[in-house]
Amino acid sequence: MDAPLVIIGAGLAGYTLAKELRKLAPDLPITLVTADSGALYSKPMLSNALAQGQAPEALVQASAAQQAEKLGITVLPHCPVKAIHREIRQLDTACGPLAYSRLVLALGARPRRLVADGAEALPAVNHLDDYASFRQGLAPGARVIILGAGLVGCEFANDLAATGHAVTLVEAAERPLARVLPAALSQRLQTSLAALGVAWHCGSQVKSVTPAGSGWQVKLADGSVLEGDGVLSAIGLEPETALAQAAGLAVGQGIQVDRTLATCDPDIYALGDCVEVEGLVLPYVLPLMQQARSLAATLAGTPTRMSLPALPVAVKTPACPLVVCPPPVGAEGDWIADRDDAGGAQYRFVDGAGALLGFALAGDACGQRRALAAQAPALLA
Amino acid sequence: MNMANELPSEVVQGTRKWICLVCDYIYDEAKGIPDEGIPAGTRLEDIPDTWACPDCGVTKADFEPYED
Repeated sequence: MDAPLVIIGAGLAGYTLAKELRKLAPDLPITLVTADSGALYSKPMLSNALAQGQAPEALVQASAAQQAEKLGITVLPHCPVKAIHREIRQLDTACGPLAYSRLVLALGARPRRLVADGAEALPAVNHLDDYASFRQGLAPGARVIILGAGLVGCEFANDLAATGHAVTLVEAAERPLARVLPAALSQRLQTSLAALGVAWHCGSQVKSVTPAGSGWQVKLADGSVLEGDGVLSAIGLEPETALAQAAGLAVGQGIQVDRTLATCDPDIYALGDCVEVEGLVLPYVLPLMQQARSLAATLAGTPTRMSLPALPVAVKTPACPLVVCPPPVGAEGDWIADRDDAGGAQYRFVDGAGALLGFALAGDACGQRRALAAQAPALLA
Repeated sequence: MNMANELPSEVVQGTRKWICLVCDYIYDEAKGIPDEGIPAGTRLEDIPDTWACPDCGVTKADFEPYED
């Protein structure tokens, strides 16, 4: 019997690929192997589950068994993959050897670790299980210190503050979302979250993190000492590359793939938060969906190169709704304010010739996201 | 014209489309999602709050009106 196509990873990338591939290849044997329970959940929901009154377990949309039945695939939960033996097309897993005909890595990303004394023990959330432990330790009205005011840090801050928790947000840069927002919109976000009760410490490096009683003490380089019942590290994500690297696949920031999402091994593909395509690492849902559709076509027999239009990202901070479509890294240009009033704001990032390279929207201007995205340069033309 | 695709006008009238802010999935009230038991003509507001985007799993709170 032919070995199945094997997908490693039960996140949105792995399951969306299985779903799209099943549509195109009704009879192809597909096995999905995963270290976790294989439960399907929506990661974007983690950062606004409190305000929506959702318990962590309510975020599970389908069990591994339900997914297996619905998609007509085999799911092997609680089965971490230890190594890829490319020469014999076989995986070494905690449940024994698993042969593959073709392999897809949908390994996701892991939270970046803060470099500070005591930071190894800090909780971070990039998985439903981590989130469930975080929520379990979260008493009503608890004081929570969030380290990192990026997308995830700001979204969690909004969700926690809006549901009665005392939130302190610590950011090493001078302002939140500094890489993707003009200064005026960072200020708008700061003001809006402060109005919910969020205390800000920007331009502050974390010096040490120590357990104190049942909570934590965080010392900043500027001498401030913060006390919290809980701490959350949210300083960014790194593609999960260890397995690929150990197997000798090309790895840069992420697992390097071409436009067909093939790695340097023609039998191995990768998609989602673990990959780097032409130098780009894009840990968002929209690129993952496009990659899944494109890769499904390739795996079903129609080699397909993926392209990606400009990518506006909605920041789920209801206190200050934002959409960001950052200019390419290193792009020369300036932020131009088209409008900035109480109702909303529209900023465009334009180069010297006036071409639109990126934009940022707030409040009722967020509705312009698609119109502006259509004018902005494609990420992968 | 394929008559099978035509819906009674009272179903289509006044329906809207909605787009998922996270993944760009479009919910068309005129079509519904019969596979998921949501009949054609079902308004977004009439879908239970526990409903999840068929593509990325977020809830109705992350949908905004969409115009072609």
